[in-house]
Amino acid sequence: MPTVKDVCRHVRSKNAGPYWVTFDLFFDSEENFLAYGNSPALDGALFQRLFGADPALVKRFLIPGLNTVKLSYARTSPQGGMVERDMHCGQQYVRLLDVELSRA
Amino acid sequence: MNPKLPIKILVPTGSLGAGAIEEEVRHGIAQGAHAIATDAGSTDSGAAYLSLGISKNNRGSVKADLTVLMRAGAQAGIPLIIGTCGQAGGDRNVDWTRDVVLEVAAELGIRPRIALLYSEQDKALLKARNAAGNITPLAPLGALDDATIDACDHIVAAMGPEPYIAALQAGADIILGGRTTDTAVLACFALMHGAHAGAAWHAAKVAECGAQCSALRFGGSGVLVSIDAEGFDVAPLGIKNYCDVHSVSAHMLYENSDPFLLTEPGGVLNVTRAEYTQLDERTVRVTGSVWEPRPYTLKLEGSSSGRFQTLMLIGIQDPDVLCRVDEFHDKLLATMYERARKTIGPAAGDFHISLRMYGWNAVSGDTPPAGTPAPREIGVLFVATADSQAMATQIAKACNAYFFHYPIVMDKELPSYGFAFTPADIERGPVFEFRLNHVVHVDDPLELIRTAWVDLKEKEAA
Repeated sequence: MPTVKDVCRHVRSKNAGPYWVTFDLFFDSEENFLAYGNSPALDGALFQRLFGADPALVKRFLIPGLNTVKLSYARTSPQGGMVERDMHCGQQYVRLLDVELSRA
Repeated sequence: MNPKLPIKILVPTGSLGAGAIEEEVRHGIAQGAHAIATDAGSTDSGAAYLSLGISKNNRGSVKADLTVLMRAGAQAGIPLIIGTCGQAGGDRNVDWTRDVVLEVAAELGIRPRIALLYSEQDKALLKARNAAGNITPLAPLGALDDATIDACDHIVAAMGPEPYIAALQAGADIILGGRTTDTAVLACFALMHGAHAGAAWHAAKVAECGAQCSALRFGGSGVLVSIDAEGFDVAPLGIKNYCDVHSVSAHMLYENSDPFLLTEPGGVLNVTRAEYTQLDERTVRVTGSVWEPRPYTLKLEGSSSGRFQTLMLIGIQDPDVLCRVDEFHDKLLATMYERARKTIGPAAGDFHISLRMYGWNAVSGDTPPAGTPAPREIGVLFVATADSQAMATQIAKACNAYFFHYPIVMDKELPSYGFAFTPADIERGPVFEFRLNHVVHVDDPLELIRTAWVDLKEKEAA
């Protein structure tokens, strides 16, 4: 199975306000977007495992015009709080890169 | 006199102080810009700036941008509209910006009418509104209680465009707004002059980070958006830069948890059916954006300052440590807790220590997979959190010698790791956190906003 970095030309993460984190997966082709954009691997359980997220507060959007998938989850600890390690969550995308994608 | 459509808004930079470029601003004015608009902050950099009432920018960079923009606005006779002043948009952040503006006005010899829009909220008033059922939570937070309101140092409401429109109608040359949605600052002038509402809001979203919606990363700072009765055009102000369909449509994703819907004070921008067309080499046209009016709400942001932190930092190149970083972390952390408890006792209170292993796993805190090669060096950041600054520092001092010398191999001479500073402990101050993610329902968009004026024109006449 390909990993996220095998089928995306660009992946990024960023805070979306103080309470949400959002990921954009720009697929490298329409073919790969259609094959893997809706992959069951990119589900709430993945964000629970990687970031401790509440699976009920994980959102996924497919944007066909851009061959892009947006995934967002609610932060589990306050931005800038006692145990903060990445204020803007700009490094969190790295933990998605090696996720293996089953076909949708 | 109302300008005809399209309304052209010059957005000189993604945020005031980031570096407006004079020749770009001149270029935008030459193309017939009707107003200059930019925000001057966001919540991105955390709650400290609202609690402390300070900007993350230095005064000099804000003053440099204001000088470029105020001069251009005065020469062209068009308004300068700035939202979320001083990073957080609290009253003190607005006043700080006002003082810089007054200094620049004196230096330029101009006498603008300045409107100040304050959106900081009174706690008693919010409690009453909450008790009346007029404040509702946004996910992931729950219902608001009085204790949370009391815990906040400052609370602001994010304004919509209406207070700006009122100030423009009253003749403002410069508007300095408190906390405002990024989009409202950029959309207000076009909305006031009857441009298509969906287009005005969508243009504002696209332009909110300046040239970030363009194709070239280092292609300049600003953009010009032209909004008419059906859609809008967007082009960068840097003449060598260009916008393409991808760069513009992809920007709707940026820092937004939903790529199709953007909730604003009086409605929702829906771009599900937006169409993007390359108009010429540098310009993209967008149509089909829809504004869906909703009952009026203002989003609240509140910041608190909590417990205190003291830091220490060491660098390690010792190969004995670097081949066993996780083991070293666990043993050192246990020793730190033991030292603090033993030497301070119950007075230390409910303290917390963490060690961040930079060069290994500090950013994620995850355990690296087995077989990960040893790094060449690591930096270890010690973070003690306690109820007072003095106690956090006492804990750091209790740990100092062990943090500096902790051995991973017992039969060798004690190592000494690389402290970079003396004294070794750094008092970092309080932990600042946002506490609110709620909206307050209002009948009138201006009812929670206060407008004040500094009229230099009138002063001159008097």
